[in-house]
Amino acid sequence: MSEPAFPSTWNKESKPHKFCPGCGQSLALKILGVAIQELKIQNEVLFATDIGCSLLSWDMFNLESVQTHHGRTIPLVRGFKLARPETIVIGFIGDGGGYAIGAQHLLNSATGNDKITVILINNANYAMTGGQLAPTTLLGQKTTTTPLGRKIVQGHPFKGPEMLKEVSFESAYLARGIASNYQELLKMFKKALQNQIDGRGFSFVEVLAMCPVNWHLDAQESLDFSEKEMTKIYPLGELKCPEKLS
Amino acid sequence: MTKEFLMGNEAIVRGAIAAGAKMMTGYPITPTTEIMEYWVKAGEQRPELKFSQSEDEMAAGFAMLGACLAGVKAFSATAGPGNILMQDAFSMAENMRIPTVSFINQRGGPSTGTVIYSQQELNLTCFGGNGEGLRIVYATANVQELYDYAIKAFNTAWKYHFPTFVLADGYQGKTQTMIEVYEPQEKQLEIVASQPFLFHPQREKGKFQHLRNTYNQEEELAELLENHCRYFEEVKPEIVEYEDFHTLDAKVVVFAFGIVAAAAKQAIENLRQEGKKVGLFRPITLNPFPKESALTVTANKKALLIIESALGQFERLVKANLYGIDTKIIPFQKPALGFTPEEIVEKINEILKK
Repeated sequence: MSEPAFPSTWNKESKPHKFCPGCGQSLALKILGVAIQELKIQNEVLFATDIGCSLLSWDMFNLESVQTHHGRTIPLVRGFKLARPETIVIGFIGDGGGYAIGAQHLLNSATGNDKITVILINNANYAMTGGQLAPTTLLGQKTTTTPLGRKIVQGHPFKGPEMLKEVSFESAYLARGIASNYQELLKMFKKALQNQIDGRGFSFVEVLAMCPVNWHLDAQESLDFSEKEMTKIYPLGELKCPEKLS
Repeated sequence: MTKEFLMGNEAIVRGAIAAGAKMMTGYPITPTTEIMEYWVKAGEQRPELKFSQSEDEMAAGFAMLGACLAGVKAFSATAGPGNILMQDAFSMAENMRIPTVSFINQRGGPSTGTVIYSQQELNLTCFGGNGEGLRIVYATANVQELYDYAIKAFNTAWKYHFPTFVLADGYQGKTQTMIEVYEPQEKQLEIVASQPFLFHPQREKGKFQHLRNTYNQEEELAELLENHCRYFEEVKPEIVEYEDFHTLDAKVVVFAFGIVAAAAKQAIENLRQEGKKVGLFRPITLNPFPKESALTVTANKKALLIIESALGQFERLVKANLYGIDTKIIPFQKPALGFTPEEIVEKINEILKK
């Protein structure tokens, strides 16, 4: 049997990776690694991670990498990019980091059209701390802090790309993909990076990702929940794509 | 070397530029706002000076960290509630030994408090965050020192790799006065070069840095911190600074820092003219504290008078460092209020009479 095709950006010394079995985040990261490899920007990328499950990727890649505080990945890469503009900066964050504790940074980077690429994992819960309510938790979805299911009084599911569409520049790239669709997500990641390489605008990809452990579902059920239930609220596709990228 | 009429907050900017600072991040807050305004103005003539006005002080702090990681001398300036928010970034700087430089102009607290003056941000600046206070804090007393220590702060930060602070207050920041402006080389001051943490030009091909501040094993973090602490202790003697003013034959020694020390110095000059034996010990570095020198000046004194514009933050710091001495210690404190030399003279006379 041949070896599985890992991207050249994969840091083999840190494998097996630290994510739970069946986690969608590790799939998304592998696809990100492929995107970086195909764009041949391995030596130019700064990969920055947040707190939460995203921090488990701190040594995932053969890339210059830094792990920061919860919600603060975006300002850190913004500062890095300003100081060293030739870097291709990637902020890898979760739905807490982007839509709750660091929402002001995401919003302001979009309105300021920072030339950075942000990849946000939406797994509809706070996974690292054991499955609490997230801004992205679906109505009716049970979490440890909404044991009877999320009710509307606890807020409605947060639609990040849709919000950013309203405030970002026309040169921004905004998309929502899903970890289980390799080809589509790869295209989105490459565009989100190319948009920064071209110095065009702010780039953002939200990735729907399975979280079997905290959803208390098996592999197939998790796949179904992300593909069938989550996509009803969080439709897949590009929300903004500059002409030159498409 | 020239004499120039400058506002304290402008002196900070001029000093930062002289030290090679290339980037400022910040969020406007009284009494520091002019620092960013002067920086932006300076940038009109010097396009290499970069600036990011962020959505809050957390973002300003982390953008500063990002710039430092890229090897650029970056700084921020804040006060009061902004200083609280920026502790998030300072804590990461402490963990990862990132050489941030921050100018703190203290304002009244707690909470939003007042906007111009206090000495209540000592604890926060020296020991804020969920760590051990591995920070270097210079406390200035006048506008000239804001210039001098702006230069020094960048050198110290990039030499020792600890987050470094210049702790002043709104009075110093807003005062306009004549100061001496100079290029570091005119005073044979060597400027310490900055080095990138990531994308180092000499990095080995195929090798990548993975920087983090989270550890799985308790032993890993303990080892890291023990190493940081050991180094901090080792370089302490090179860093500590203080001003000793007539303490040798003094019966009463005042302990004060910052602008309060400036008032105390004036009071002591007045009293000395009357032949009264009083002196001043002023720590310039509040962290690390000049403990050995402070202990030396307390020998055979009638009393120590600890003066501060806060209710005991400085007193606790001094007492912790002087632990074990039997000299009488008298606190003189006003929360977020300044001192005139006259009231200090009066207080010292009371003590001398007893």
